[in-house]
Amino acid sequence: MPTLTIDGKQIEVPAGTTIIQAADKLGITIPRYCYHPALPVSGNCRICMIEVEKQPKLQISCYTPVTEGMVVKTNSPKVLGVRKTILEFLLVNHPVDCPVCDQAGECKLQDYYMEHGQYDSRLSDVKVKKEKKAFSIGPTVMLDQERCILCTRCVRFTDNITKTHEFGVFNRGDHSQLDVYPGKQLDNSYSGNVVDICPVGALTDKDFRFKCRVWYLDKTKSVCPGCSMGCNITVEWDKMRPAQLKKARVMRLKPRHNQDVNDYWMCDKGRYKYRFIDENRIQHPQLNDDVILWDRAIDTVAQALKSLKSFNRTDRIGVLASAQLTNEDLFVIRKLFKETLKGAQVDFRVPQPPGDSDSFLIKADKNPNTAGALNILEPDADAAGIVQKAISGDIDLLYVFGHDLIALWDKKTVEQISRKAKLFVYQGSNINDTCNYAHLNLPSSVYAEKTGTFTNCQGRVQRIWPAFLPIGEAKGDWDILSLLSAKLGVPLGYQDSQEIFKDIAATLAPFSEMSYEKISDKGMLLKLL
Amino acid sequence: MEKIVTRHMFQANTQNNFIGYLKDNGYQAARKALTQMTPVGVIDEIKRSNLRGLGGAGFGAGMKWSFIPQNNLKPKYLVVNGDEGEPGTFKDKYILEQDPHAVLEGIIITCYAVGSHKAYIYIRGEYTKSLHSMQNAVAEATKAGFLGHDIMGTGYDIDVVVHPGAGAYICGEETALLESLEGKKGFPRLKPPFPAVEGLFGCPTVINNVETISCVPAIINKGAEWYAKLGSEKNGGNRLFCVSGHVVNPGVYELAHGVTLREIIYDHAGGLPHGRKLKAVIPGGISAPVLTPDQIDVKMDFDSLKAIGSMAGSGGIIVMDDTTDMVWAAMIAARFFAHESCGQCTPCREGSGWVYRIIKRIYQGGAREHDLLNLPGIVNNIGGNTICAFGDAISMSVGSYVTKFRSEFEAKIKR
Repeated sequence: MPTLTIDGKQIEVPAGTTIIQAADKLGITIPRYCYHPALPVSGNCRICMIEVEKQPKLQISCYTPVTEGMVVKTNSPKVLGVRKTILEFLLVNHPVDCPVCDQAGECKLQDYYMEHGQYDSRLSDVKVKKEKKAFSIGPTVMLDQERCILCTRCVRFTDNITKTHEFGVFNRGDHSQLDVYPGKQLDNSYSGNVVDICPVGALTDKDFRFKCRVWYLDKTKSVCPGCSMGCNITVEWDKMRPAQLKKARVMRLKPRHNQDVNDYWMCDKGRYKYRFIDENRIQHPQLNDDVILWDRAIDTVAQALKSLKSFNRTDRIGVLASAQLTNEDLFVIRKLFKETLKGAQVDFRVPQPPGDSDSFLIKADKNPNTAGALNILEPDADAAGIVQKAISGDIDLLYVFGHDLIALWDKKTVEQISRKAKLFVYQGSNINDTCNYAHLNLPSSVYAEKTGTFTNCQGRVQRIWPAFLPIGEAKGDWDILSLLSAKLGVPLGYQDSQEIFKDIAATLAPFSEMSYEKISDKGMLLKLL
Repeated sequence: MEKIVTRHMFQANTQNNFIGYLKDNGYQAARKALTQMTPVGVIDEIKRSNLRGLGGAGFGAGMKWSFIPQNNLKPKYLVVNGDEGEPGTFKDKYILEQDPHAVLEGIIITCYAVGSHKAYIYIRGEYTKSLHSMQNAVAEATKAGFLGHDIMGTGYDIDVVVHPGAGAYICGEETALLESLEGKKGFPRLKPPFPAVEGLFGCPTVINNVETISCVPAIINKGAEWYAKLGSEKNGGNRLFCVSGHVVNPGVYELAHGVTLREIIYDHAGGLPHGRKLKAVIPGGISAPVLTPDQIDVKMDFDSLKAIGSMAGSGGIIVMDDTTDMVWAAMIAARFFAHESCGQCTPCREGSGWVYRIIKRIYQGGAREHDLLNLPGIVNNIGGNTICAFGDAISMSVGSYVTKFRSEFEAKIKR
C-alpha cells in the first residue's frame, strides 16, 4: 500500500488508487466535472489537474495512480492558475444564462468560478451557436446544448450503468454537441439520474423545472418507500413558501449515496413518486361523515377494544398491518395487538400482485419494509383469512393500516365488511376508495413526516428522518396506537421512536446490538439466526 | 546520393510495379528475416540502424518494437499509419501509390519481429488512389504467397487489412487512429497504457508511419551499419521532405538527415521564384513552430530542430516569401486547428476556436490592443493541459507567429 502526501497530509491507500480518490479520503476536494466515482474515467474536463513533485507537467488527478512517496500539491499557484484557465475555456461558449437556468445555485460552473475563477472576462467574440436549447429529449429530461460542457458523464452513465446508450457527442471541436442518437429518446427506468450527475444546467428535470429555486430547498435524509430496495434518498422541500407552491412542500427527491444499496442512483418511479406526501391527504379524524376530535376517535376505538377484551373475544379483532409502516410502528402494533390484546388476528401480507422489477434497483415487492414486518410481527394469521372472516361476520373490529381493500379485493367485499363489522377502522395517510366504507378514518403520517427505520430486501435496517410536521391533524402511526394503548390502561411509555427501537433491539434477536447511532446513514444488516 | 525509399518512385511506368519490385530483390529481405534471423535479431538490427519514427515523433523504431511484451498471450497487432493529415505533408501518399510492395515487405518483417499475425494499414480517406494501390498490392502479394497463410513456406501467417479513414486529422494521432480503427469516434486515449501494452482491441500494438515501415526491407538487406552511416549521428538513413509554398520546384525530396534547411530550399527546391526573399518557413508540417530566415542553416534532423525550438515533425516544409501576410498565415493555421480539434478535452476544444476568432478579428481589422495582449496567454494556456499533443501543437505553432512576427500583428491593430 503506497503512502503519499497531499498538501502536507500523509495517507496510505491501496495500490491503484487515483490521486483524486486519495484526496477525497483526506477530505481534500479537488474540483471535478467529468470525474464521477461511479463512472469510468474520461479525463476530458482537465479541471482536476494537480502538481506532482518532480513531474514537469501537471497531471489529471482523476486518472493518475498514486505511487509510493508521491508528493501532491492541489493548491500551488500553478494549479490554481490552471483551474482559472480551464474555467475560462469552459465559459468561452457557455451562454451564462444563470438567471433563467434551473441549475443556478447548484451549478459547478458557478461554484468553481466563485472558488477559483474570479477573473475579468477577456471574451469579446461571438459564441458558437448550438442547435438545441430547452429541447425535450425524453419523458423526463430537457437538454440545453449551449450549457453543456461535454464532460460526458451522462454518456458514460447510459453506456455503463443503464447500458441503454442513448447519448452521444456529435460533431467536432467547439461545435461538439451532446445529443441523443437519431431516433432515440432518453427513456429508460433511470433517466432522472443524468440530471443529478450533470454538473451544469445542460440536463434539467422536467418535473422540477421552474418550480423552485434550489436555495429555498431544505434537505432531509430518507429512504425511498417505493419498493423493497430501500434506495437512500434526500427529500428536498421548500421551507419558506409552501403557499406559493399550491401548498406542496416536497419539490423533488434525489438519490443519496450508499454504496451497499443504491450507490448514487435511484429509479424514475421512485424519484417522481412524492406528490402523495402533499396531495390527497386525510387531514382530520372522521367518524362516518363527521369530522371529530382525536379524543373522541381514540375513545371510539378503545371502547370497542375494551368490550371485546372483557368478553374474551379478542379473536374477533382483525388487524391488517402494512409493510409500508416503519419497524417502530410495527413493533407498537405487536405490543398492542399481540400482547395487550393477545388473540387478535394480525397480518400484513395482503395479496399484492408483484410489480415490475429489473436486475438493478427495481424490486417487485413495492413495500419498503417487508423484511421488518416479517421479523417484528411474526404473523401467525393470514390477511386473506382475516378478510374472509370479516365478510362472514366473524370479525367485530377490523383495523386496516393504509391498504385500499377495494383495489386488493373488490368493492363487494368491502361493502360486506362495512356492513358486518361493528367497527371498521382505516388508519392511513392518504384518501382511497376504502376510506368511504370505513366507519372511522384516522389520519396518519407519511414516511417524510416520520422518524423510524425500514428494513430492505437485503435485511438492511435503514433510518428515515422527518422533513416536517405531519399535515393537518395527522399523527404518526405508533403515536396513534400509543394513545389507544394508554386509553386501554396499558401505557407503553414511549417518548420517541428511538425508545421504541431500543425496545426492539432488546426484544427481537435479529435487531439485537442495533441502535440509531450504529445504523447511522448507511444502515445495518439484520443478524442472521 | 543513394535513394532508399524513393528508389522505385518518380520514374516512368514504375507505378505499383509488382514485377519490377520483385526483380529488384523484392521480398528477399522478408525471406531473409523469416528464414535466417530471429525476431530479437531483427529488432536489434533495426535498433542499430538508428531508424527513427518518420511520422513526426522521431521515436526509435527498434526501441518501440522491443516494448511489445512477448509474455502476453493476447494477439499482437501492427498498425501502419498512413493517415498523413499534417498540412504540408504528402510523402506517404506517393509511397503508398508508387511502391506499395515496399510497405508490405516492411510489414512482413515488422510483424515477424514483434510476433504479430495481423497488420492494418490505415489510409487517409481522401487518398483513394493510395487506397486502391495498396489493396491491389495486397491482392498481388497474397496471390504470390508473400501474405496470408504460411508465407513463402516459412510457416508464418500474416493477414493485412487496408482500412480507409473518414476524414479527421486527429485520426493520425496514434491512439485516436486505434479508436477509429475499432469503429469509434476518433478521440485520443489517455496514456498510459501505451499502445505497446494496450493498443488495438486492448492488445499489444506497434504503430509506425508508412515511411518508417518502407525503410525496413532495405535495412535488413544491406545491414544496420550501412543505414546508420547514411544519416546523422542519431538519425539513421534518409528521410522524405515535402517542399511546398513559394519555391521554384515543390515536391518530395529524399535527402539525408544532416541536410540543412537552406540546402533544401535553395539547392534542391530551386529557391524562391521571381527573385523574392524568404520571410518564413515551417520545417515540419503546420504543427511545427515557424522559422525565420536567420534560422535556416539548421540541420533537418529531429534533435537539431528541437534544439532551436521547432520540430522535424512530418517533414512538411512550407516556404513563405516576403509577400506573405504572416497574420493571414497564422489565421490559416489557427483555422485548421479549430476545424480539426476533436473536441474531447476542454482547453483544445474551446481554445482552438477562440484563438482562431481572435486572430481572424485581428486580420480583418476588428481587434483592439487588448486582443493582442491576451492572445499569447490564451494560446499558451492550451498546450500542456490536454490529452494529446494537438494542444501543444496549437500553442507552439500559433504562438510562434505571434512571437516572431509581432510587428505585423501590431500593424493590423493600429490601422
